[in-house]
Amino acid sequence: MPDTSKMPPPPPFKAGGSIAPPPMKAPTGPAKDLNIDIPVIALTAKDFSSDQDVRWCPGCGDYSILAQVQRTMPDLHVSRHQTVFVAGIGCSSRFPYYMNTYGFHGIHGRAPAIASGVKAANPELNVWVATGDGDGLSIGGNHTLHLLRRNFNINVLLFNNRIYGLTKGQYSPTSEHGKKTKSTPYGSIDHPLNPVLFALGCEATFVARSIDRDPKHMQEVIKRAAAHHGTSFMEIYQNCNIFNDGAFLDLTEKDVKDDHLVVLTHGEPLIFGKNKDKAIVLEGFNPRVVNVADTTPDQIVRHDEKNPILASILAKMSDMEGFPTPIGIFLSVDRATYEDEMTDQIKTAREKSTGDLKKLLNSGNTWQVN
Amino acid sequence: MANEAEVKGIATSTNGHNGHATPESIGQRPKLPIEIREDVTIRFAGDSGDGMQLTGTQFTNTTAIVGNDLSTLPDYPAEIRAPIGTLYGVSGFQIHFSSKDIHTPGDNPDVLVAMNPAALKVNLHDLKKGGVIILNENAFDEKNLKLAHYDTNPLEDDTLSGYTVYKFPLTKITLDAVKDLKMGTKEGARSKNMVALGLVYWLYNRPLEPTMEWLKAKFGKNEQVYEANLRALKAGYYLGETAELFSARYEVKPATFTPGRYRGIMGNEATALGFVAASVKSGLPLFLGSYPITPASDILHELSKYKNFGVKTFQAEDEIAGICSAIGASYAGSIGITTTSGPGLALKAEALGLAVMTELPIVVIDVQRGGPSTGLPTKTEQADLMQALYGRNGECPVAVIAAKSPTDCFDTAFEAVKIALKYMVPVIMLSDGYIANGAEPWLIPDVDKLPEIISKKRLKAEEGKPFMPYERDADNARPWAVPGVEGLEHRIGGLEKQHITGNVNYEPHNHDFMVRLRQQKVDGIGKDVAPTELHGPKSGKILLLSWGGTYGAVLSAQEQLASKGVAMAHLRWMNPLPPDLGDILKNYEHIVIPELNLGQLRRIIRDKFLVDAIGINKVEGLPFTPHEVVSKVEEIMAKF
Ligand SMILES: Cc1ncc(C[n+]2csc(CCOP(=O)(O)OP(=O)(O)O)c2C)c(N)n1
Ligand code: SF4
Ligand SMILES: [Mg+2]
Repeated sequence: MPDTSKMPPPPPFKAGGSIAPPPMKAPTGPAKDLNIDIPVIALTAKDFSSDQDVRWCPGCGDYSILAQVQRTMPDLHVSRHQTVFVAGIGCSSRFPYYMNTYGFHGIHGRAPAIASGVKAANPELNVWVATGDGDGLSIGGNHTLHLLRRNFNINVLLFNNRIYGLTKGQYSPTSEHGKKTKSTPYGSIDHPLNPVLFALGCEATFVARSIDRDPKHMQEVIKRAAAHHGTSFMEIYQNCNIFNDGAFLDLTEKDVKDDHLVVLTHGEPLIFGKNKDKAIVLEGFNPRVVNVADTTPDQIVRHDEKNPILASILAKMSDMEGFPTPIGIFLSVDRATYEDEMTDQIKTAREKSTGDLKKLLNSGNTWQVN
Repeated sequence: MANEAEVKGIATSTNGHNGHATPESIGQRPKLPIEIREDVTIRFAGDSGDGMQLTGTQFTNTTAIVGNDLSTLPDYPAEIRAPIGTLYGVSGFQIHFSSKDIHTPGDNPDVLVAMNPAALKVNLHDLKKGGVIILNENAFDEKNLKLAHYDTNPLEDDTLSGYTVYKFPLTKITLDAVKDLKMGTKEGARSKNMVALGLVYWLYNRPLEPTMEWLKAKFGKNEQVYEANLRALKAGYYLGETAELFSARYEVKPATFTPGRYRGIMGNEATALGFVAASVKSGLPLFLGSYPITPASDILHELSKYKNFGVKTFQAEDEIAGICSAIGASYAGSIGITTTSGPGLALKAEALGLAVMTELPIVVIDVQRGGPSTGLPTKTEQADLMQALYGRNGECPVAVIAAKSPTDCFDTAFEAVKIALKYMVPVIMLSDGYIANGAEPWLIPDVDKLPEIISKKRLKAEEGKPFMPYERDADNARPWAVPGVEGLEHRIGGLEKQHITGNVNYEPHNHDFMVRLRQQKVDGIGKDVAPTELHGPKSGKILLLSWGGTYGAVLSAQEQLASKGVAMAHLRWMNPLPPDLGDILKNYEHIVIPELNLGQLRRIIRDKFLVDAIGINKVEGLPFTPHEVVSKVEEIMAKF
């Protein structure tokens, strides 16, 4: 049996100075409606950055996502100690190490399940999931599906780089058909998955898409996702400059992006193009791209976040030749969250009778022996 | 009757009766002599649709109330609705009851109740020579005989010679009893199990009231069904009175129990209660993440009821999500548990490693069944020991505790939580299909006397000191820092941790140190392991070493072999093994290990103590009978 006295001394460790918590800030107590504490002194992006060195490749799109989340957090009025980031495995899943909040780097694909346990155990916490296209849609696809349909109030950031980054470049469930990667030297014969359509099919209540190179847009989406009561699914296009560089060039390069992107804004018409000259109209259930000049304003589709049918039609456009890729909030609807119903059931049961262990053990088929 | 799979085990009708009265409406004519028996084993067998589990359960409840010691063994097919009359559709329920202290559901039954030819065929070879057979002759028609693969009618040839056979037209008697209730033949005949039950009640001089009350509670709202069952039950009792076939009735006197309040309980129920008790005692909320699987699902069903104790149950999408949600809940400050059987434990392996690495307290319950793969879902086995001890990647020590009997499941579950919280480790609790579905009387523990449970929760940050999530206390446990506490923000995960800081670290020395530290932490649990339970001489020729659910059979065997100098030791903690075990083993010339596998504990004992242990092994999906163990030990002794 090992005995610590005989074990080699533990290796030296550096008690990183910056691990020390910043000076205590007295919270004002729960805000009336939000049920979250609002720190007296506003936090900054820096407060949400941990002391760990960020180890992504220089130029990786993950840096932008980290920066936008850190920049947005102060505006969400949540305290660091009430916030938990949960991740699986992948480059993207390293995310929790870089947030100066509570964090859990789990196992491959299982972040939604771990996060569900965290949220169920303590519904007061702000729970986030960081995952990748492999982590969240391949090995963890099943867990993502069930998280979305259960509608825990959890925010999911799905980093889609259409590749397995951490394992050095195999194709992923979102890689294009025909794509040549290390594991598909003759081209991929897998049909790719559209994450937004997947989330809609899982009956998610909040489904959005953003892109690493548009910080402002991403920040807005993150804020809306955080404000949504229910599972918020955000697909974020992310460039892996090492194994899949330029996957989203059409959507990020100045001179072409406006022709390939359409930004969804609730109540606004779907108009796009460098000169704002193209629009989306519907013929029956089929979208069509038309010239603004050739149509009347009332024919142009107006985005409606509350309409799941429209969301599905718009989601499909990114797979269709000649159509722009929508970014923004596809759907945002209300449905009771899992943890609220769980809490309600417990509350109701306790109102009837609080648990009495003595009584419980003595229930059932009992008799006395004297 | 209701679905067999649903009705096995002790029903929870709440009657406070402990009288022995026979219903006045029936009266009791003291006609036949009553012979006293010390010990009786009855097996009820019939088609899956015949309600045998329910019949057995009712007989069990009444027998408990009469004050006998008892032990039960339900044995039912994996198919919920197996085709009627087939051999594989036979469902059985064995009960052993006694005026003495007993530990198993009995050896070969004294009485077989067979509701159809298939039930007779499947069970006859187990019946004691000269045993009693009560059968439903109406079921012995050509079709059923053929389904049971009988070429000739066993009631007409010499198949049953050497047994005492009582044949009754149970179906007809049932239909006569319910005649004016305007039920169809099929519906009316359903109550024939109650006729059989009533008859056996009469034969063993047991009261009808507990079952009558249960019928009222169960079917009271459906007057017709209630009335039919009630009449059938009474008709069975009358049948005994009037048939003039029996030469005697029997009585088994109450056993001497430690005084107190008792409850008839099944293993899975006791497991669930053990967790609720641990939650109440520790003041920590209980969270169960689980995916249904036989024979573990009843724990999920039980715990789902206890919302008033704040218990949160989460039926996950699979076993992986079950354990991962439990890990998440544990990270967030709850007692996280997950229930499963062997196939599910296989799926949980990677996440168990995560719990080892993140050093979070969870309990994983494996109610073992026949394997490998889907194996024998409704049958028992002890073949997951190696999986529990070693079935993970890397050096991944997990504490493992095994329950020995249905009632012991309560203490085992409680202790598993206690250790998980004290050492900040995952604990696997092994149960098995036999003790999970078996029932026995339970002396209800005094809540105030349950052991204290202490957790390592950190409630606030120490001023001016950075929080170190992987620092150690005297138990080698790390602090449990739960989200929500200001100043304790930290990140954990499955990557190797730097000692004390908990930061990701790949240094060779650090990894070696941490691997040894995790091992040492689990080994250190030994100081909380109670001295090994020992029966018989303190030294001698043979020590029977048992673990888990074979406890009762091995103990009964040891009692029978005590005069030959055979002792028995029983293991509760499989990892770490009790610190006194090495010295105990030295005191005997031969170590014999009976197990329902091909020798998994035997390998471990050989490995750890270099002892050439001898195995008694069986993998039939059934528990040992004491008789089997005795005769194997005698065979072994004959060779010395
Ligand atoms: C059980 C298991 N299988 C496989 C792996 C290897 N693995 C690690 S990350 C990964 C793919 C990650 O892809 P993605 O989620 O897209 O993350 P990215 O690195 O692209 O951000 C794989 C296959 C693992 N860590 N665990
Ligand atoms: S491999 Fe790709 S995804 Fe991973 S860190 Fe490097 S650039 Fe980013
Ligand atoms: Mg990826």
